[in-house]
Amino acid sequence: MTRKLKEKIIKNIFFLLSLVSIFVLGLIVVFLFKEGFPIFKVVSVREFIFGLEWYPTYDPPSFGIWSLIVGSLVVTFFASLIAVPLGVLSAIYVAEIAPPLVKEIFKPVIELLAGLPSVVLGFFGMAVLAPWLQNTFGLPTGLNILNASIMLSIMAVPTISSISEDAIYSVSQEFKEASYALGATKFETIARVVVPAALSGISTAVILGMARAIGETMVVLMVAGGAAAIPESIFDSVRPMPASIAAEMGEAPFRSNHYYALFATGIVLFFMTLFFNLIADYISNKFKQVGSATL
Amino acid sequence: MVTLLSDNIIEIKKVNFYYGASKALTDVTMDFKKNKVTALIGPSGCGKSTLLRLLNRMNDLIDGTRVEGEVVFEDRNIYDPDVDPVEIRRRIGMVFQKPNPFPKSIFNNITYGPKLGGVKNRSELEALVEQSLKQASLWNEVKDILNQSAMMLSGGQQQRICIARALAMKPDVLLMDEPTSALDPVSTAKIEELIEELKKKYTIIIVTHNMQQAARISDYTGFFYLGKLIEYNPTEKLFTTPDVKQTEEYITGRFG
Repeated sequence: MTRKLKEKIIKNIFFLLSLVSIFVLGLIVVFLFKEGFPIFKVVSVREFIFGLEWYPTYDPPSFGIWSLIVGSLVVTFFASLIAVPLGVLSAIYVAEIAPPLVKEIFKPVIELLAGLPSVVLGFFGMAVLAPWLQNTFGLPTGLNILNASIMLSIMAVPTISSISEDAIYSVSQEFKEASYALGATKFETIARVVVPAALSGISTAVILGMARAIGETMVVLMVAGGAAAIPESIFDSVRPMPASIAAEMGEAPFRSNHYYALFATGIVLFFMTLFFNLIADYISNKFKQVGSATL
Repeated sequence: MVTLLSDNIIEIKKVNFYYGASKALTDVTMDFKKNKVTALIGPSGCGKSTLLRLLNRMNDLIDGTRVEGEVVFEDRNIYDPDVDPVEIRRRIGMVFQKPNPFPKSIFNNITYGPKLGGVKNRSELEALVEQSLKQASLWNEVKDILNQSAMMLSGGQQQRICIARALAMKPDVLLMDEPTSALDPVSTAKIEELIEELKKKYTIIIVTHNMQQAARISDYTGFFYLGKLIEYNPTEKLFTTPDVKQTEEYITGRFG
């Protein structure tokens, strides 16, 4: 066999292997659409998305997922509110401030948090956080937006922190030296040079952390409370989309309208995470720095 | 009080410097004259850059370094415990080997230091930008694009931005660490011209690999080898009739 032919074969093998994952993704999307679309023969897209009532098993049923969408967005929003400062600030600490020994402990521990099974977190939220919330605030139930947001933020922190840390870490030493040589303190250097230079990476980290939170199922299924209604306070229960799908898929008869509606919910969720990823991609390209001293 | 009799701006007295256990400088004693250009030459690893970074306490940023002896600037040892390195770095500016403008606009690059120093007034900042860029003979090239990223400029222009940025702090001393080693000959010539111009107002200490450059632009030259100051003399003398044999061997290219 000639060397050239060998190269060609190897190249094609790699091409085929990488095609597999694209092909699988494609199949899943096709399947998702095929199983979700029939619901739109029963309700319009508008009614489905903006409908306030989700009674899929009533007679007649109503398939409006607006409260589920709001539920997802609300828990994601509050989770980000907690996770973004925690994740970004701990990334700054680990990458720039921590002495080497502390760094060696903190970094793997934060990353270990990402490996925590979500069911364990959900269990913690149910067994520990929920009773505490219920007693402290005198609530009818501790399974609510606040609980779900806190648990989701714990899941999002490692994503945000480790991607941000990589971005901060890759800010070139030359920028930092230039800043110090102009009489900047460590804090001024971090605030005015390091963080701005790492901003695209940090934004990407935040968006991916949010995507992680919005798609997370087990935690919200266990601790969000499951009420399909528009919440009025952070102590209300909600039913985010993934929780609804996971909870009801088992009971929905195969290819019934309920079944189609759950798949259509999946389509909405798919577009949301896709949207988050596109934003992350856009930001990381837009703010990419150019020039000889690029990151 | 500043001793008026001496025209030394910085005096180094018996300095030893360590990176962890390894000794980078041994018993260095030398004075830098005000408003003169002093070049530090020597083969790689001889300690000349270490010495330069000692003068504005940039070596503090590296873990595990240690200084013995005194570096006296304005009658004060800058390594005294009560001296704030930030204060020293505002008085003693630095230009690095590789041009390192911030990924910010030209305007914000120049105003970075002054803003940290508390200058907020917009017109004052604008005046400072114009003045610094003129001093770095870059004003005519960039005056219409002050809001564009400094990263868009050529390497030589970037280095002059870095010089202008250091000058905007109105320093007394300007340290240059091989400022032209990453530049083409035309840009190098421009920077050398600039140094000639700048020494009227500033004291310049420059590390260079290029002996011709040292000979062209400096008034005094120090030759370092293995962490020791081998010879320190007026440039003309050092390059024509050096006192030490090792210096002669180095400048004639027999080692290094």
